[in-house]
Amino acid sequence: MIDTLRLTAEEAKRLLDAREVSGAELFAAYRAAIGDRDEELHCFLHVCDDPGGDGIPIALKDVIGTKGIPTTAGSRILEGYLPVYDSTVVQRLKAHGLRILGKTNTDEFAMGSSTENSAFGPSHNPWDPSRVPGGSGGGSAAAVSAGLAPWALGSDTGGSIKQPSALCGNVGLRPTYGTVSRYGVVAFASSLDQVGPVARTVRDCAFLYSIIAGRDERDSTTVELPEHVELPNEDGLRGLRVGVPKELNKAEGIEPGVAAAVQAAIAQLEELGAEVGECALPLSVEFGMPCYYLIAPAEASSNLARYDGVRYGYRADAEERLEMYERTRNEGFGDEPKRRIMVGTYALSAGYYDAYYGQAQKVRTVIKREHDALFETFDALVSPTSPTVAFPLGARTADPIAMYLSDLLTIPSCMAGLPGLSIPCGLSEGLPVGLQLVGPQFAENTLFRIGHALEQALGFDPVPERLRA
Amino acid sequence: MAIDRKQLLHVARLARLELREDEIERLEGQLNDILAAVSKVSELDLSDVPPTSHPLDVVNVWEEDEPRPCLTVEEALANAPERRGDFFKVPPGGAA
Repeated sequence: MIDTLRLTAEEAKRLLDAREVSGAELFAAYRAAIGDRDEELHCFLHVCDDPGGDGIPIALKDVIGTKGIPTTAGSRILEGYLPVYDSTVVQRLKAHGLRILGKTNTDEFAMGSSTENSAFGPSHNPWDPSRVPGGSGGGSAAAVSAGLAPWALGSDTGGSIKQPSALCGNVGLRPTYGTVSRYGVVAFASSLDQVGPVARTVRDCAFLYSIIAGRDERDSTTVELPEHVELPNEDGLRGLRVGVPKELNKAEGIEPGVAAAVQAAIAQLEELGAEVGECALPLSVEFGMPCYYLIAPAEASSNLARYDGVRYGYRADAEERLEMYERTRNEGFGDEPKRRIMVGTYALSAGYYDAYYGQAQKVRTVIKREHDALFETFDALVSPTSPTVAFPLGARTADPIAMYLSDLLTIPSCMAGLPGLSIPCGLSEGLPVGLQLVGPQFAENTLFRIGHALEQALGFDPVPERLRA
Repeated sequence: MAIDRKQLLHVARLARLELREDEIERLEGQLNDILAAVSKVSELDLSDVPPTSHPLDVVNVWEEDEPRPCLTVEEALANAPERRGDFFKVPPGGAA
């Protein structure tokens, strides 16, 4: 009997290698879990048949292009679209024998923090189905949390891996910008988008990262990793210096239960031997949100111009071409992409470019410099991942700005292209609290080392209480 | 900086979005809220600060201009809403 709620990818690999379970049995166990629980949780937009083989199964956020498997990005405008090639990350997964379980739900075009912007309905949090799983990659996070997949890939522009991982009690990595290819991945904001792993342990997360990372000649923004990915083993943190930026830890809106769980974990870091010190990011947190909500919509308005009803995707009926473009886009896009296309188009339009997009790019330099200065003193920075635990469905849908604040603490490091790891560090009101570790560019190994030591010391049980046997 | 109905319709046209009347009304309020929030970036005097368009110090990546395998015509047309022969078919252009 395979307990998909507890099985890590590492253990699955051991069972497969030792021939204690067959590839078919393992795949069937996840399909059965999906059959049992996905009607309630709605993690998957598409479930795949077993392609055969003996590799570990994996779920993919539905922005990741998969040859012959529907890829919608959570949008009606891509309903029925069947990619004719695999994205580079999928090619790498397949080269390692991994098998695709299905495509997971996402806010439309990865724009959102709850999956409620998906054109195909929201996903639900396995810890409490009346609450959101976070977003945009809520489907991947909820699937891993509920034992519907041992691990998954997400994508992160301003927090779409880290925030849902926090809300569902998973480990999620947003890698250093440029370490993972975006070839074949639906583009949202190209100077920010990164693909990354969601897993149940830090070691699984590191292992999956090692499979997908590295230069791809088809994505000219990618680079070779300066060092190999190391699976973390050590329990101690002696010699490491961890900074606690006060603006990320004392921001307005951080729930007391979230702050308390993170404080306790920071005390644990000291016990493990790390040197912990307070520090400051005076401008990054205050100006991160406005900077992000100019740059991301501006780039999105450009990237989403390709959905015009000509080459693929939805096309509305019309007599004339311009009418066809405008009607296709209005009927095909949901509210959030339209809002961002409008903000982005405005911010890039003649007369406003310098004041909005140009100024935001300068703010981005300020944010990057503030972080760089801290990394002269610290190896990593720690804070909550999300200001709150999972919130009820519908709580923030009427107010776009309230929804945007979900990513207040994840956005600054994204703007600077830095890697961020979210690990569960406890419960508040019975719901998981995520702790965010941010490092300098290419410091994934340091984040894995700290995350692993903390994970061992905290002993957090990632299985949702209501699903425990 | 606030956006009025006339500007909103102009931007919608630039973005090729045919908004419904109820959307125009809702968006006018929401866009003004969002623009008020993001306008905060103008509080900083950054005249001496260079812009960051890309978070890594990567310079131009050049490759030899060599033909390689690519999608076939049939693959490229596989998802077309409408085709004629080896072409994507679209409605005739009207007055823009």
